[in-house]
Parts: sequence; structure tokens; C-alpha cells
Amino acid sequence: MNFSETRSDLTLMLIFSAVVLTMPLWLAPIGAGYPDLLQKFAIFGIFAIGYNILFGLTGYLSFGHAAFLGIGSYTAVWSFKLLTMNVLPAIFFAIIMTGLFAALIGFISLRRSGIYFSILTLAFAQMSYNLAYSVLTPITNGETGLQLTLQDARILDGPAGAGLPSTELFGISMSGYSGFYFCAVVLIIAFFFSLKIFRSPFGMKLQAIKSNQTRMKYTGYNTRPYLMTAFIISGMYAGLAGALMAVTDPLAGAERMQWTASGEVVLMTILGGVGTLFGPLLGVGIIKYFENIFSAINEEALHSFFSFLPGFLENLLVAITSPFVGEGWHLTLGVLFMVIVIFLPGGIMEGIDRIKKRYRNQGTKTTPEKE
Amino acid sequence: MSDNNWSRRDVLKASVAFAAAGAAPMFFTKDAWAAKNFMNNPGSSSTVTLGFNVPQTGAYADEGADELRAFKLAVKHLNGEGDSGMMNTMKPSVLKGNGILGKKVTYVTGDTQTKSDAARASAKRMIEKDGVIMFSGGSSSGVAIAVQGLAQEMGVVFMAGLTHSNDTTGKDKRRYGFRHFFNAKMSGSALGPVLKERMGTDRNAYHLTADYTWGWTQEQSIKETTENLGWNTAKAVKTPVGAGDFSQYITPILNSGADTLILNHYGKDMINSLTQAVQFGLRDKQVNGKDFQIIVPLYSRLMAQGAGENLKGILGTTNWNWALSDHGSQAFVKSFGNEYGFPPSQAAHTCYVQTLLYANACEMAGTFYPPEVIKQLEGFKFDGMGNGKTEYRAADHQCFKDVLVVEGNQNPSSQFDLLKIVKEVPRSQVEYDASIFGGNLGPYEV
Repeated sequence: MNFSETRSDLTLMLIFSAVVLTMPLWLAPIGAGYPDLLQKFAIFGIFAIGYNILFGLTGYLSFGHAAFLGIGSYTAVWSFKLLTMNVLPAIFFAIIMTGLFAALIGFISLRRSGIYFSILTLAFAQMSYNLAYSVLTPITNGETGLQLTLQDARILDGPAGAGLPSTELFGISMSGYSGFYFCAVVLIIAFFFSLKIFRSPFGMKLQAIKSNQTRMKYTGYNTRPYLMTAFIISGMYAGLAGALMAVTDPLAGAERMQWTASGEVVLMTILGGVGTLFGPLLGVGIIKYFENIFSAINEEALHSFFSFLPGFLENLLVAITSPFVGEGWHLTLGVLFMVIVIFLPGGIMEGIDRIKKRYRNQGTKTTPEKE
Repeated sequence: MSDNNWSRRDVLKASVAFAAAGAAPMFFTKDAWAAKNFMNNPGSSSTVTLGFNVPQTGAYADEGADELRAFKLAVKHLNGEGDSGMMNTMKPSVLKGNGILGKKVTYVTGDTQTKSDAARASAKRMIEKDGVIMFSGGSSSGVAIAVQGLAQEMGVVFMAGLTHSNDTTGKDKRRYGFRHFFNAKMSGSALGPVLKERMGTDRNAYHLTADYTWGWTQEQSIKETTENLGWNTAKAVKTPVGAGDFSQYITPILNSGADTLILNHYGKDMINSLTQAVQFGLRDKQVNGKDFQIIVPLYSRLMAQGAGENLKGILGTTNWNWALSDHGSQAFVKSFGNEYGFPPSQAAHTCYVQTLLYANACEMAGTFYPPEVIKQLEGFKFDGMGNGKTEYRAADHQCFKDVLVVEGNQNPSSQFDLLKIVKEVPRSQVEYDASIFGGNLGPYEV
């Protein structure tokens, strides 16, 4: 690894850490600077980064990653119920457990590639969802979701107090802002690992699989172990994200494993830019922002937003915009997704690159390239 | 190419990141940890915010939309706009029509999507970002129980909307959660005598049950009732919520030897399953020499509207119906009708009442401080809210009041006149001991 690359990576990491840790400040003006949404940004950021290691590097489109998210959550909640409210064992067991499941599912699904792989993963995720939803209800509590109760064993914590205990890291409560900073630090570490994978020879091999697997096999590489590793790593990322969801809010529901949740992470990655380092994070930001903020805008809010206009114009604008906010947030997201996929197939990152290029061209305009 | 990438620089990088991350909380969380006497204290602000968290999408969206209408109406009335509706008939009441404790009431809304995760995210947004002092809403007991737990953790009162599971005020009851709506146990007790009278004591029942807390407890309560009557339970099949197509669950009933179908479904699920059951000819069948019967233990007018003709003559229970003739109901139907042009559903009624009850409790307590407000609500006895004399039982935060047994109207006089009241079952007949479900309310202070 050469010197300049390491150095630019260092700056990258520093800028990234600064941006992530100051999120409460710069997201406040657009109404997103509150703990729950900030936690979601960080958690789904981890999920998308992990997904990008598989989909972005190897090109294997998994439609079942939400299953790992759910397994991570259930494991973490069981750790809270049986062992202790400390979050570290919960996260540890969640990662191990999802790693095992990913090895199993990967072992079977990775025998095929392309659309067949996608269908296999989708089938596994749907199986997991149905198991959690109606078959394994003693373990998952079905639709109601797995929750903490006062009767839980919690062997390491000793007898509970009057109310339900909350998750903690050596005494620091894991809800609110402290929960966000914990998730943010985990996100930074997760991003660092993903950066290392992108830059490593291992990452190079994964990219080679994406560009032409057959050719790679002809040069003497056995691609399966590499794919397996990438699949397991990305599954463990999802498990980590699932565990963090349980850490910030000790409840696990089966809907986390539904195919729509799997589809969401695909959308996030494509929206931001497949195979780019930051793209998936941007996608996460946009989708979670729409889901939480746009869905909450009601007509009253629109009226106050347009109140500077004369009455009839105000009503007209409210009538035009109201189908796109509130319960219509999916509509806006759909339109945005179409626009981006049609005009910027490489996602938002491609848009950013284009803008960068334009700036660079303007800078060199003094010496015209024509003639 | 070396596989070992951990250069000195990487280690440095990582440690810088760690240091930055470790220090950051010190800078940004000062406010979060500053002394606050309770969550979202409105303090000297001139307004107070309530959160209305209802399903706007999914199988229960119709109910959610009607609940939201009722919440908006309640806010209007609390602020002294409109005709004040039930504020005129509620007894005892200290509501003045100038907001709550002199603060104008504003509200925020959210979509629960009928999913626990989404509902909790939405409720957290209301609490953390919008600063709500109380939130309400419902339509799914799974969601109600999930957000009720959150209410307890965060120390914000949750006035449950439509939730019918025994668990909400049973094994999952919380100090910060209150339910005005009735529950499956009461439905069972109310239905029992009517079922005996109409269908006798020798029947073979087949349950289709929505696969979550509400379905489970309703199946259990109805089973208890019918088996006490001497009925046999042929089979109980669980179906996923929002399945859409129930034909695969209905065909086996035809050959099961059952002569009664009990649909533990609600919302669009109930509309679909009932319509399909009728299409499959269940109601025209004769089994064991008896007419095949369908029972829908939890009824709502919105569902009746969706199911149309199919509902005629089918028995069930409901918390409230707009056709009731008492002053409170009439006042509410009138102001709701003036506002929206059609009568309110039971979901709308319970949400409206819950909002007024909370506001009234704050006025009585003279503060928004949740433990004091909770103490006012516990054991509160009131009248004039459409269900006759009602009491918020202190032991489990469940309201006790009369329950309506209804049937699908054979000759509706209008498109809203879909349910006929068969019997108003008095409160004494549906009461039960609070301790039978277990559970623990938890502490006042959190």
C-alpha cells in the first residue's frame, strides 16, 4: 500500500468521523436532529455498508439480508433477557449467530449466481420471516414482537428493580443521545473495516469476481471461498445492525425480516451508488429521512409552510403537494428513485462525480482544449 | 502484495477516531442530561403538544383515518372551537375550553403502518423531536403493547386508542398506559348469553384467528365462553395479519364438521375473510341439522361498510355505536357529523374520549407532571361519554362500562345504519378480577 493512499484514507476517516459525530448539529435545521432518527441513520448505515461489501464488490444481489437483521435483533434481545442488560455480550452473540446463519445460507445460495442467487436468498429470508412470524413463536413471540419483561432471568444482573431495566454500557444508558454516539462509533469502526476491505487484495479479488468470474476461474482462482467470506462478513454487518436496533430499543419484531425490509437496503444502496464507499450511507439518509420526516408532514404543516402566500395560492399549493407528503411519502420516494435510476444510473455518487468534473473543467477553461 | 494491512498509520487513524468519538458525547449531550423534572415539560410555553400515532397504511388504515378525525375534533373542542361536543355532557368535568391548563393544544401525527417497529419509531419521533406530553392512537394491540412499553420507558402517558387484546391491560399493562376500549374477555362475557339464546348449547365451532396478541386472547376468551355453554371447539387456525386471501383457510372448514365459524379478524382482514366465507357458501350450508352460523366477536361500523350485504344477521360486540340515544353519544355524533358529514366509528369515539379524559385529568391534577395525572385517571369515575357510568379501574388501567352486542342490520335505513343493537350488556356482567391476567403496572416515577 503506497504512502499517498494511506494518507488520503486517513483524511477520509477523519472527515467521515467528524461528519458522523456532528450529525446532531447539522441535521437539526432540517428536523432530523433527534436521537431516534440519528440512531436509525447510524444503524442502517452499518447495514448498508455491509450490504455493499457483498453487492457492491461482488455484484451478488442478495434479496434476503433483512433475515440477518432480524436474527441479530432476536439474539440481542435474548441476551438482554437471559444474561445481562450490558450491550457488549448482546452485540457479540448477535454477530456470532448471524455469522453462523450466513455461513449456512451462503453455503447453499452461493452455488448459483445472478438471478438464481437472488431468488434463493429471497426464499431463505421469507422462510426466516415465516418461521419468526408464526412457527417459532415461543422464541420470537410472533407478530407482537419479543420484549423484555420483569420475569426475565438476567443471570448476570441479579434481581431487577421496580421497573423494566434499560440497556446500558457499563452504566451509560443506551437510549437518547448516548445511544446515538455508541452507534456512531460502531458505524465509524464498521466503515473503517469496509474501507480496509475495499483497499485490500481481498477486495480486489471480490471486484474481479464482479467484472468476470469465469475469467478469474480460468486464471486458477477458486472464487467460492472469497464469495463465502464476503457473504458472511456482510451477514455479520447486518447482524451487528440488528443488534444495535435492539440495543437502542429492546424489542424485536418479525417485520424486520420481511422482504420489504430486504428490498429497502437494496434501494438504499442503488439510490446512493452501488460499489461506492459513501453511496449506501447517502441512500440510508434519504430513505430514513423520507420515512420519518416526510411521512409526518400533514396538511396543517403544509398550510403553515405556505402561509406567506395569498389565500387561494396557498390552498392550491397545499392541494398539489399534500398527496406527496404524509401517507404519500412512498410516492415521492418512488418518483425520486425513478429519476435517479434513469438519469444517474450510478446513484447519487455519480451525480456528485459529475458535478466535481464540471468544476474541474471550468477550472481549466483558460486553456481551451479545442483546436 | 501483502495481506497484512495494519500499518502504523492505520493504528494511529483508528485511535484518533476513537478519541474523537469518545470525547464527542461530552460536547453534545449537556442539554440531554441537564436537570429536567419530567419528559417534555411544557414549562412556560403557551402551547402543549399531543401526538396521534395511527395506522395510515395497512389492514387497519380505515380505522386509523377515522381515529385521526376524532383526535382533530377533540383538539378543536379542547381549544374552545366548534360546538364542544362531549365536553358539555361529560360529568364530572373541569374542562374550560381554553386548551389544557390554559395552554393551547397543538398536535402532531404519525403513521404506525400497523407494525411495532414503525409505530415505536414514530412515537419516538413525537417524544424526542416534537416534544409531545401525551400520545394516543391504535388499531392493533400488538402496536399498542409495543408503544405502551415505550411510554413507560420514556415517561410519557399513552392513552390507547382501539386495542382489544386482553394483554394490553392484562399481562402487558403499564403504569403509563390507559385503555378506554373494552377487551376480548368482556366481548366473550357479553356474547355468551346471546349466543346461548340464539344458537343453543350444542354447537361445533371453528376459529380463524389473526396471528398476534389480540387474536390469541380473543380466541381464548371466546373459547372459554362457548365451551362453558357446552360448545365444542373443532379447530382453531391462525392466519397472518393482512393476508388478503383467506380461501386456503376457508375451504377446510367445509369438511371439518363445524357448524359455526368464529372470525377473530379485524379491519380489512375481517372484510376479506367474511366476504370469502360467504362466497364459499358457508352461510347457506346445513351442518349437523343446523344452519351454519358466522360470529364476528369484534365488530365495527367501518368493517360493516366494507363487508356490505354479507354482514346481515351476523352477531358480534362493539364498544360503542353512533345510534345510541344518550346525550353524550348524540352530542358527539352531531359535532362529528357537522365536521365530516358522516357518523363516527367506535374507533373515533374511543380516541375522542381518551383525549378529553387526559385533558380533564391534567386540569384536575393542576399539572402535566405524569405521576400526578396518572393518579387522577386511576379510579376516575365518569358519565356522559356514551357508555353510561364508566370507571377507570386503578388496578389495571382498564375502563369498565356497558358493552353492546350487535348484529348486521337486515334492513338498513341508510348506508351508515349497518349495525343493530341486540343488547346493552350491563357493566356488572362483564366485570372480572384484575389479577387473573397477571402483569405488573410498574412505577410512577421513571
